[in-house]
Parts: sequence; structure tokens; C-alpha cells
Amino acid sequence: MSSEPDGPRKGSSRNDTTVAAAKSASSSDGARVKPADALFKNLTRSAGLGLLALIAAIAAFLVLEATDALSANTGNFLTTTEWFPNGSPPVFGVAALLFGTLLTAVIAMVIAVPVAVGIALFITVYAPRRLATPLAFVVDLLAAVPSVIFGLWGLIVLVPRMEGVQKFLTDYFGWIPLFATDNGVVGRSIFVASVVLAIMILPIVAALSREVFLQVPTAHREAALALGATRWEMIRTAVLPYGRPGVISASMLGLGRAMGETIAVALVLPASFDISWQVLSPAGNTIAANVANGFAEANDVGRGALIASGLVLFVVTMIVNMIARAIIARRREFSGAAA
Amino acid sequence: MSTSTATVAAAPGGLNLVGRQLPRAAFPAIGAGAVAVTVVLYVLAPITSRIQFVLIAGALYLIGQTVASIAVEGSRRATDRGVTTLVYLAFLLAVIPLVAVLASVISKGAQRVDVDFLTHSMRNIGARDAGGGIYHALIGTLEQIALASLFAVPFSLLVAIYLVEYGRGRISRTISFFVDVLTGLPSVIAGLFILAFYILALERKPTGFAGALALTILMIPVVVRSAEEMLKLVPNDLREASYALGVSRWRTIVKVVIPTALPGIITGVMLAVARVAGETAPLLLTIFGTDSINFNPFSGPQSALPLYIYSQAGQPQQVAIDRAWGAALTLIVLVMLLNAAARLVARLTRVR
Repeated sequence: MSSEPDGPRKGSSRNDTTVAAAKSASSSDGARVKPADALFKNLTRSAGLGLLALIAAIAAFLVLEATDALSANTGNFLTTTEWFPNGSPPVFGVAALLFGTLLTAVIAMVIAVPVAVGIALFITVYAPRRLATPLAFVVDLLAAVPSVIFGLWGLIVLVPRMEGVQKFLTDYFGWIPLFATDNGVVGRSIFVASVVLAIMILPIVAALSREVFLQVPTAHREAALALGATRWEMIRTAVLPYGRPGVISASMLGLGRAMGETIAVALVLPASFDISWQVLSPAGNTIAANVANGFAEANDVGRGALIASGLVLFVVTMIVNMIARAIIARRREFSGAAA
Repeated sequence: MSTSTATVAAAPGGLNLVGRQLPRAAFPAIGAGAVAVTVVLYVLAPITSRIQFVLIAGALYLIGQTVASIAVEGSRRATDRGVTTLVYLAFLLAVIPLVAVLASVISKGAQRVDVDFLTHSMRNIGARDAGGGIYHALIGTLEQIALASLFAVPFSLLVAIYLVEYGRGRISRTISFFVDVLTGLPSVIAGLFILAFYILALERKPTGFAGALALTILMIPVVVRSAEEMLKLVPNDLREASYALGVSRWRTIVKVVIPTALPGIITGVMLAVARVAGETAPLLLTIFGTDSINFNPFSGPQSALPLYIYSQAGQPQQVAIDRAWGAALTLIVLVMLLNAAARLVARLTRVR
């Protein structure tokens, strides 16, 4: 079997011709739609609808099991920073957790995206053609490492080694509020958690960027080179403008992944519930990590509170992912003719 | 640094198409200079980390090369060289953590993994005691991913068939969109959903089965997407030839389309299994974990390798952390074997 479809390469219209052919075939010899055919079609369609029902059920049951806890809550769920759902009366809010989730994910993205774009450029433009595939495989291998192993490695190996880097940052760049610290540096911090997250989202962002860079028409690249551009000028004028939407949506998908990552963050971050921009301080928490850390000692209200925080995470990641998909979809329409 | 070693490349009187270039020897020289300066910095200033050494040396090399290149070759080529160095550094930066993670897992895990470790559970072994093993967790992981595949694969295959063979219009687009949404679903949400639905609302006890349900949710979008890609690759000629012989539509799909796409589908399933085998968060909320061997995924709490690593890594004792590394090595070997098998299936069946 060849890897390229032989028919006209226009995506969905390929199947339409088949359907039309099948329909005309069946209608020509009377209305003989076989019951088995209809059954099979309905079976596949109900599976598809079942998937929609699954998403609806996820949202519905998260809301259902969160309501009791939310009505028992004596604080404002969205603005409170404390998290004492097991106390009486229970007081909890998602503000600090959401802040930590966004902060770690954004820092991870800031670290990972330039490196990932560099990797994608290396594989598509710089690396010798014969080496490109194995090198891409090496980066993909990074994606196969389970997150709990990154957490273990981050806690035992990376945290002690990052202490020096963090001391250096706070000693020399402490005048930037982000790098100031009131509580000293002990290794475990938002910054280290973000570095671990950056390593984890690197392969995804790199792989998606690589895909779009590969789609840059060779004519564009050769035209730039023929006009006397250096390799960097060719990248800047031909590759990057073409790939920009792809890179943006890849970054958004990476952001979504970083926000939902649980175990690695739970192992690296010391749990605390305050809003602080000091990324080097031994503090910080995320929604997902709090679920992992707080689940064991949670009572009924506590579980409901964790489910409610999960609902917030669900909504936020869904928004980020939808934006990313919308950018990709617009790109696909746009480049459909050029490909 | 070594800017003075620049030479004029143009031959006297000859046509100069290339312009003045840095000699090849200049780059190792700049590199050696950068490392030397970093070593001096290490002696003078209190820097301890190896990560910093690499970063400082890299930055110094970049500066030295740019200065030399601007002086000899002009700013355009200097920028080009600078970007080239940065791109190579970026790739290096990705390989370093991969090598570091694999190296620590292998070196620390190999000290702990032996037959005893693989065939004993943690029953009656406290956190401070040496000994113990991962047998119970290994059984749990294997049973849970088997169950999850059993649920996810047929369902995902049907969805993929619908999207490729039947689906057009709004329903199909909506389903396709929500497959993407499910792809981005954080794994912890899948766990929270099973907790809310199966354990809290239906009031069941946490079991390996509940964990498998959570893993199923995570497997579905991966399998749907890969199966969809593979079904799309089946040439239309095959379908039409089958219709021309009077074969009905569903038999064409079952007897022609799926067998043609099967190797690719198997590869996708194996990659999905490899992905969920390492998931921790959903299992933490659904199977609870135990120290004893439990063969039955439908009753009583089970353990799993990722959960075992998480619980051992959270303890302060060195013996517990050693156990975590041992389990990490086992898990990574399992995941890599699944990945390798998937690629092998893809490679063996591709030629036709």
C-alpha cells in the first residue's frame, strides 16, 4: 500500500465521491438498503454520539458533585486564597491555585517555546537530511517518558542542582520583582516546577512546529536563497511567517498540557496557598497538584472542593485548547489550496 | 578572543564570490577560549552547578563568535552564524534532560531491580524497611491497561469509522471537534470524573476497574485520531472495487478497509497504551493503592506502577526513594518496549 492516497487529494471530498457512487449503486436497483448496512451505520454513529455524551457527562458530574461542597463553602470560591475545605466551617477558594496554575504554565511556555522552535528549525533546516528522522525520534522519545518519572527526577536530581542557578538569579537579578525572594532559596519553587513542565511540553511543541515548518513550500525557501539570503534570512522571510500560526497554536496546546500536568508538579512544588510573584521562593501550588496532594486527607466536602477546582481547570484548559484548535483550523482552510 | 586569526579569503586578482570568511580553525579556538574563561570564572567566583557551566560557556562562545564574525564577515553573516549556534544549542538543550533522566533512572534503578524486587509485594513492609517489591503494582498496571484497551479500542474504532466512512455535516464536525477537546483533557480531570461519577454518585468502591475506566477516557481520543488517519490512507480504489463486486458497504468496511488499515491501527493503539501506562493522577483518585497483591481488578483497591513511584518518592527515607527508582526503571522499560513494538509493527507491515 502506498502511503499517499491515490484518489483526488482534497480531503473530505474524496469520501463524498465514494458515497455518491454507493448511493447511485443502491438506488439503481430499487430501494434495497440492507438492514445490516443500516445497523452498522447506526452502530458507528451511536459510538460517535456516545463520545459527545461522555463529554457532557464529564461536565455534568463534576458540577453535580461540586455543588454540595460549594454551598457549604463560607468563602467566595473564586476569590478566596485559603484552602480549608475539611475545617468546620469549610473555607476554600481557587484564586491562589488558579494563579499558580497559570504562572507555572506561562513560565514553562516562555522557556519551552523558543527551544522547541529551535529544535524544529534544527530538524527541518539545519540537520543533514539523513539525520533528521532519527533526531526527531530522539525528541519524540522525551514525550514517551511518563510524567511521574519526570517528577521523581525533578525532585531528587534537578531540585538540588537548580539551587545554585536560583541563588545566582536572585543574587544578581533580585531587583526584578519576579526574581526577588523573601524566604530564601531552598530549591523547590515555582521556577523549578516550570523548568520540569517546560521539559515535558518541549516534545509536543517541537513536533507540531516541525510539522508546519515541513509544509513551507520549497519554492518559497529556494526563492529566498536565490535572492542571496543567508540561511537565517531565509528562515526569517520564508519559514517563520508561514509557520507562525502553527507555532502559536502548538504553544497554546503546550500551555494547556502544562496547566493540566499533575504529578510532576505535585512532587516538585511545596504546597502553599498564597498569591506571590516570587517564582524563586519555596511556595506555590497548582489546581492539579492540589488535587493529588489534598485527596488523601479530604472528607466529603474536601472531595467536593477538589472536584470544583477540577471543574475550573477543565474550563480553563478547554478554552485554551479551543483557541489553539481555532488557529489551526483557520490555517488549514488558508493553506489547503497551497498544499 | 581569537579575532586576529582571520584571513582574507579572496585570491589576488581572482573573482571573489564568497567574501571574507572566518577560517575553520577559528571556531574550535573560540570554543576553547570560552571554556577556558568559564573555568577561570569557576575558580574566581562561587559557582557550583554543572548546568551553569554549560550555559556560561555557551553564552561566551556565542559572544566570541559573533564578535569575530562581525569583524571579518560583516553583520549579516554574523547573525546567521549566531542563529545557527543558537539552534544547535536548542537541540542540545532538549537532549540534555532526556539523557539526564534516562541516565539517572537506569543507574539508580538498576541497583534496586532484581528478581526479588519484581516478584514481591510491599505487604508488611514499612516505609523504613529495606526490601519489598513491585509485583502487586506490576499486576495492577498490566490488568488496568488491558481492561482500558478492551473498552477503548472497539469504541474508538467505531467512532473513527463513523468519522471517515459515514460522517459528514454538522454532527461529524462536532464529534471531530470534541475528540480534539478530549485530547487536551488533563488526565487529572478524567480521574476526578470517575471519582465523581463512579465512586461518589454510584457509590462504588475504588477498584482497578475504576482506574481502567479513567484510563479509557484518556485512550479514546488518541486511538480515534490515529485510527482516523489510517482509515483515510486506505485508497478509495479498494472501496470502489469492493462495491463494484456487489459487496455491501458495511462488509466492505469490515473485510476490506479495516484489514488494510490494521497495522497502522495496531501501532496507534500501542502508542496509546504506552501513554496511559504512565498516567498517575487518574489512578490516584480511582484505585487508592494497596501494599498487597490483588489479582482481581473488580474488587478491592489495586496498586499500579506510577502510583507506587509517586507514593514511594514522597517519603523521606532513602530505601523508599530507591524503591521508587527501581519501579521507575521497570515502568520506563515497559513503556519503551510498547513504543518499540509499535514502531516495529509499523515498519514490518509498511512495505507492500
